[in-house]
Amino acid sequence: MTVPQFNLRDLTLGYEAHPAVHHLNGAFEAGSMTAVYGANGSGKSTLLKGLMGELKPLSGSIERFDLDTRDIAYLPQVREIDRSFPASVHDLVSLGLLRKTGFFAAVSKQQREEIATALAAVGLAGFERRPVGSLSGGQLQRSLFARVLLQNAKVILLDEPFSAIDSKTVSDLLSVINRWHFEQRTIIAVLHDADLIRSHFPDTLILAREPVAWGRSKDALKPENMLKARRMNEAWDENASWCNEGAA
Amino acid sequence: MILYEILFSPFIDFTFMRRALVGAMALSLSACPIGVFLMLRRMSLTGDAMAHAILPGAAIGFLVSGLSLLPMTAGGVIAGLCVALLSGTVSRLTIQREDASLAGFYLVSLALGVLLISLKGTNIDLMHILFGTVLALNDNALKMITSISTITILTLAVIWRPLVAECLDPVFLGSISRIGSTVHFLFLTLVVVNLVGGFQALGTLLAVGLMMLPALSARLWCVKLESMCILAVVIGLISSYIGLLVSYHIGVASGPAIILTAGAAYTVALVTAPQGVVRSGFTPKRHRIA
Repeated sequence: MTVPQFNLRDLTLGYEAHPAVHHLNGAFEAGSMTAVYGANGSGKSTLLKGLMGELKPLSGSIERFDLDTRDIAYLPQVREIDRSFPASVHDLVSLGLLRKTGFFAAVSKQQREEIATALAAVGLAGFERRPVGSLSGGQLQRSLFARVLLQNAKVILLDEPFSAIDSKTVSDLLSVINRWHFEQRTIIAVLHDADLIRSHFPDTLILAREPVAWGRSKDALKPENMLKARRMNEAWDENASWCNEGAA
Repeated sequence: MILYEILFSPFIDFTFMRRALVGAMALSLSACPIGVFLMLRRMSLTGDAMAHAILPGAAIGFLVSGLSLLPMTAGGVIAGLCVALLSGTVSRLTIQREDASLAGFYLVSLALGVLLISLKGTNIDLMHILFGTVLALNDNALKMITSISTITILTLAVIWRPLVAECLDPVFLGSISRIGSTVHFLFLTLVVVNLVGGFQALGTLLAVGLMMLPALSARLWCVKLESMCILAVVIGLISSYIGLLVSYHIGVASGPAIILTAGAAYTVALVTAPQGVVRSGFTPKRHRIA
């Protein structure tokens, strides 16, 4: 018995009428753990933005089941964060509580403990007062995971959580992800490492603007699919002709 | 007694000096924290552009009712907000970035302002608007500046957390709330309102100086955001006081004296602060074990 969390119907997402995700059909089931795999520019991050509701579909639709914005936790790529801003780890991680505390209430003593617990869970116990700018790449990624922990959301979207991260940190953070999976949260992660996906992620969606494969990881990540994913034509054709698929 | 003569008697003997001090200090209280956020958002020059953008509004107010407070202030705020809104909208809808569209709109706005003033006024009026007259603040001007200061501090306290989130991790804020662009626009409104408040005292151009220079100094001394804002305010307050004293004793224009004092504080910070030029430039002699 499976219950869908997101249902995608003929979904096209993109910018200025150029598709980044083209005619995608399928469903992310509640409690599933899916890797999204593909070359650069294949529409992976765009898909996450669409799932969050930040980007409106050019055509088709995304159906969300029993979901509010607060039920979706998002882990942005590390480069989106302004590390020169004079904030502490506490400031960064406590953003995960914003939905609960609202924008104006103070962080309570109990919530301070929650923050400490979340930091300990990602191996950053006692880092509350450290400036964000002094963290290493791995430490920053760990603190972002702590923020997701605090959000306590049904759906967790991870955008390249392991890029430029050492193997010790990857295995620590994978165990955090496995715990979320065990807790029946829906996990969708953009990843580049096919071996890591095979050994840890049950399902995989391969994108090359067009959907290449979507299913059990060992089936989806077959050599011919990987080849298709790599051969994707990245070029942005200004005068590409209009797509008629689905219009008729 | 000589210290008393130098440090206090100008303000005790002369009403205009007292008013100037109150006005400049009230401005420091609100404009300096705004400057800190402008700097941290890499918008240090935005304040400058907005100060120019205010001009046509103030000029229309001036054309309608001469050098009077309310029409010029209202006009300035409206013109500033129009430019902020237009450039924000253009950057969101086109490939042009906000700094580019802002440059476009403020230059048009500035030219329009100068043209409007030249229709009726003289160069002296233009100088008054551009460089202000801190020694001629009347009761109404002071009430206006203190109101602006109060409203700014209260608003900043209310939007503090989303504003910090918007600076630190805008994509994340976008994922949990649509409040980001509202906060950004509220912040720009505060910038405009403070510049308009400042132009009574310092003129549209020098008002930016009181906003940015203390913030720049504070960045070199402090690591934490809260302390940075507080130090910027303190530097602003001290600059106002010393600047007015200097202008009184030497007999130079007071607006520039205040800004130059803030500039001197910035120079001191560059030379001596922990994150200034000198200490950042040297490799420390000792290092820690971890």
